[in-house]
Amino acid sequence: MSKIKKDYEHTFFGKLERWIAGENDVFYEDPEPMALEEREKKAGHNYLAYLEQIPDVGYSYEKAKAYHYIYRILTVLMGVFIVGTLLYVVYFLPPFGDADNPVNNEVSRRYIEKGMEETGAVNIVAGMILDYRAFDTFGESNVLFIAASAVLLLLKAGDGAKTAKSQKEIGMKEDVILQRVTFILSPMLFLFGIYVILNGHLSPGGGFSGGAIIGGSLILFRNSYGYEAIEQFFTEKTFQNCTLIALGFYCLAKSYSFFTGANHLNSHIPLGTPGDIFSAGLILPLNIAVGIVVACTMYSFYALFSKGGI
Amino acid sequence: MLEHFLENGEVVTSVILFGIGLAALLLHKNLIKKIIGLNIMDTAAYLFLAAQGYIEGRGAPIVTDGVTRMDAYINPIPSGLVLTGIVVSVSVTALMLALTVCLYQKYHSLNMDYIIMKMRKEEE
Repeated sequence: MSKIKKDYEHTFFGKLERWIAGENDVFYEDPEPMALEEREKKAGHNYLAYLEQIPDVGYSYEKAKAYHYIYRILTVLMGVFIVGTLLYVVYFLPPFGDADNPVNNEVSRRYIEKGMEETGAVNIVAGMILDYRAFDTFGESNVLFIAASAVLLLLKAGDGAKTAKSQKEIGMKEDVILQRVTFILSPMLFLFGIYVILNGHLSPGGGFSGGAIIGGSLILFRNSYGYEAIEQFFTEKTFQNCTLIALGFYCLAKSYSFFTGANHLNSHIPLGTPGDIFSAGLILPLNIAVGIVVACTMYSFYALFSKGGI
Repeated sequence: MLEHFLENGEVVTSVILFGIGLAALLLHKNLIKKIIGLNIMDTAAYLFLAAQGYIEGRGAPIVTDGVTRMDAYINPIPSGLVLTGIVVSVSVTALMLALTVCLYQKYHSLNMDYIIMKMRKEEE
C-alpha cells in the first residue's frame, strides 16, 4: 500500500526493506539520489558484478553462483540436522519443572540449606557467585576488562585513531527536552544503580545489574550533554584507575581467603546478621568492585563505538 | 511423543531459537546480521539454562522469613551460569563489532564475500 508513495525508497521503511534485502549503506543520505543498480555499480557492492570485472581471480560467474547454491543447500541441511539431533535429545530430557530432576542434586541442596549460614547472604545466588564461586566471578570481571581493552586497541590504535570525530560529525545536537529529562532522570538512575549494588546480597540484583544501570545513566548523560561535559569527571584515566583498583582489590580480597579461609580454616571476617546491610563478609565490597568494572566497561563500549575513544 | 514436546515447550523453543540463530549466522552475508544471529543463539542457551533450573510452584532463591528448606526455592545454580553466559556474550559481541568497524573502515563494505574478494585481490 505504502509502496505506491512516490518517494517510498527514501522513507524509513523503504530503507529498512532495502537493508533487509542485503544492501549496504542505505541509512546514509545520498547527496544526489541514484537508481539502485547505479548505486551498486558505483559502490562496487554487488560482488557478482565485481567478479565479472576481475576475471583473473580464477572463478567464473557461473562457478561462483553454483558454489553459492551448494553452500546454501548444505547450510540448510546442516541446520536441519543439528536442530533434529537436539530435538531428539529433548525427547529424553526429564519433564519441565519437576522437583525430582537430576539437576536438583546435592549441590543445590547444600547451597540452599547451608548458604545463608556459611556466607551470610540472604540472596542465595549472590552468596553462590561471590563466595563459593568467587574466582569464577573474578574471571568474568576480567573477561569484561579484557574485552574493553581489546575494543580500545582495535578502534583507537588502528586506523580508527584518525577518525576520532568531533561532536558535530557524529550528528549530536543540543536538545532541550532531552537535557531537561536527563537533568531529572540521570541522578536518579545513578542512585538506583548504587542501591542495586549495595543491596546485592539482600535482594535481587548485584554488581552486574547495578553496574549496567550506572553505565546506562552515564550513556544517557553523554547523549544529552555531549562528551565535553562528561569528560569533566570521566576520562580515559578515570576508566583505567577505577577498573584497575577494582580488579586489584578483588584479586587481593580473594587471594587473602586462599591463606585463611580455605581448607576449613576460619576466614576471620565476621559474617554479621543476615539481612543487615553490613553483613555477609566480603560479598558487599566484592559487589562494589564488580559494579565499578561493569559500569566503566558499559560506558567505554558506548564511547568507543560512537567517538572512537573514551 | 508430541505430548512430551508440549510439556517441554521451553526447551523446544530454545532449540528452535538456536536453529534460527545458526541459520542467520551462516546464510547472511552482512556481518552485522551474522552477529545478530550469534546473539540469538546466546539467547537460546540462556533460555535452556533458565528452563532447567525452574521448579514448579517454588520461589526465587532469596531467603524469605528465614526458611532454608530445599523445597521452598528453585535451583540457584543455573541462574549463576546464565550470568556468566551474559557477560561472555556482551564481551564477544563488542569485540566482533569492533572488528567489523575495522573491516568497514578498510573495505567500505559489510558484505563478507566482497571483503574476501578484495583481500584475495590484494594478496595477488
